[in-house]
Amino acid sequence: MTAAPVIRVTGLAKSYRTAAGDFTALHGVDLAVERGDYIAIMGPSGSGKSTFMNLLGCLDTPSAGAYYLAGQNVAQLDREHLAGLRNRLLGFVFQGFNLLPRMSLLDNVALPLVYAGLDKPARRERAAELLARVGLGRYADSLPSRISGGQQQRVAIARALVNRPQLLLADEPTGNLDSQTSEEIMRLFGELNAEGITIVLVTHEPDIAAHAHRQVRFRDGRIVSDERSRQEVRA
Amino acid sequence: MFTVDRESGPKPYREAPEMIRAMLSEAWQAMGANRLRTALTMLGMVIGVGAVVIMMAIGQGAQYAVQQTISTMGSNLFIVLSGSFTTSGVRSGSAGAPTLNVADADAIAELEGVVNVAPTHQGSRQLVYGAQNWSSQVIGTTPEYLEARAWSIVQGAGFGDSDVRSATRVALIGKTVADNLFGDEDPVGKTMRIQQNPFVVIGVLGSKGQNLDGRDQDDTVIVPLTTAQRKVFGTPFLGAVRMIMVQADSGEGMQKTMDGVTALLRQRHRLRDGQPDDFFMRNLSAAAESEAETTRTMSILLGAIASISLLVGGIGIMNIMLVSVTERTREIGIRMAIGARERDILTQFLLEAIIISIAGCLIGLLLGLGGALLINFFSGMVIVISGTSALVAFAVAAGVGVFFGWYPARKAARLDPIEALRYQ
Repeated sequence: MTAAPVIRVTGLAKSYRTAAGDFTALHGVDLAVERGDYIAIMGPSGSGKSTFMNLLGCLDTPSAGAYYLAGQNVAQLDREHLAGLRNRLLGFVFQGFNLLPRMSLLDNVALPLVYAGLDKPARRERAAELLARVGLGRYADSLPSRISGGQQQRVAIARALVNRPQLLLADEPTGNLDSQTSEEIMRLFGELNAEGITIVLVTHEPDIAAHAHRQVRFRDGRIVSDERSRQEVRA
Repeated sequence: MFTVDRESGPKPYREAPEMIRAMLSEAWQAMGANRLRTALTMLGMVIGVGAVVIMMAIGQGAQYAVQQTISTMGSNLFIVLSGSFTTSGVRSGSAGAPTLNVADADAIAELEGVVNVAPTHQGSRQLVYGAQNWSSQVIGTTPEYLEARAWSIVQGAGFGDSDVRSATRVALIGKTVADNLFGDEDPVGKTMRIQQNPFVVIGVLGSKGQNLDGRDQDDTVIVPLTTAQRKVFGTPFLGAVRMIMVQADSGEGMQKTMDGVTALLRQRHRLRDGQPDDFFMRNLSAAAESEAETTRTMSILLGAIASISLLVGGIGIMNIMLVSVTERTREIGIRMAIGARERDILTQFLLEAIIISIAGCLIGLLLGLGGALLINFFSGMVIVISGTSALVAFAVAAGVGVFFGWYPARKAARLDPIEALRYQ
């Protein structure tokens, strides 16, 4: 077991070529996230936090700087390797849940395992396990449209965790949920973090961010504050 | 459980048939989600393949029919006709003058590359048996004639060279003659009359059906050449013949043999350079081959036209797959976010296209076969259904699926994950 942080970025920058000229969304960001940490990224829209999340999520490649995910520099990897990282090291939770509407909940949760090359019995077993973990085991054969938004987000979390990732990335996971359901989701995140999963959460709601152990604020493509709250990072 | 170690780092994927199986079931789901559209897309392939199968069946049927006709005629044949003569500016047609004789035929038989030579003399005559009478073509010739034309005798026996030498009054009759003159009676051993002369029927010829002109080849009586000359046609010059049928040993050697015969006959007839031939030559096989070539061309043409509908079906698949990729952009983004590689997305969409085209192809094959059988049933047209043509149609359809599915699938696979995820 190495002591390398789950995430370490140094001088991470991203600029886009637009019709109006080059636009720099991220100016040399440095950040390290230790294993088991739970961090909230906050900032107004246009502050670069989404760009940062896309880079952390290996959905995009940086213009400059280095990104070490679980000790590996992924900044220069090609699309195929990035897909592999997304499949094995990362779990995504989106604001809009992003379940596939024609698939049963079980198949939705099992989908990452298809791309990991597991056989069907193994896929079903793992997916059923995770669905039960988020308290939706009895809806395994339902379609996403048959359950509530909060439940859909739980399924999405189960899907994000099914391939045993190092890191859970959540982009405004409660943005489409009412406050009570949001609380449930945040409670689930708290439990998962307590089990040792590293979580990076993007939100603009301070009370949601308060669930995290560390709050990082972005403004104009730079980190403007980085605070720890409540308890220390578990070792 | 969620430790940072090498073990859980990205490893090469297992290239399991399991993944293909999973994707097949996904493709099935996707197709089921839009049944009408899938069915209509498939219909394009069904019609295309069905058309190819029917057209190939008809085309090959026509080729088969022509080949049958050619094989009844005999192969590598040409005829030498006695020439025309001119009297006071009036030219007779070919075989108007008796310029050929049996000795010419014997000389031709000595040439290299000649297999069979049959001097013949033919004309239409009235046949009488008991109360029945029937007009038919009477051919006076030698036994080689039957060999050259690959004509079998199904009842009784043929005549030999001794019959020709002694001009016996024996006859071989075709099936049509046997039916019309003798009805249910066994003609062998019966005596019929040609031009008042009694002939003993010694054999019945095997059926050959129509020739390329549509003339019934079974409406024929074959008698020894000498008997025909003396008793049937009353030729003024004994030994003169109107026609000599020659069979060459191969199709390739045909022209050489014909040239040899021309040189020989010019020499025998003492024709000087510059003097025209006093005989004509016709290549029977060439006519047949051009007919075969015509049907082959027709067959290819039919197939080509049908292939266009197959192409249109393929374009239909491409069109629908492109629509499908656009509609499912967000789904593709989600799949990429959870770890689908380019080739996974490519495989998924390609499989869909291939399934649609192969399913369409199978249905098209069945409908095509059914259609071909119906055409045969109602119009009596000869159709030939070969396993090869079915296989070719199948392979082409699968190829069409891959070809037209490739571009949309690649388009899907090349999507930018972020763009795709944002797509509404």
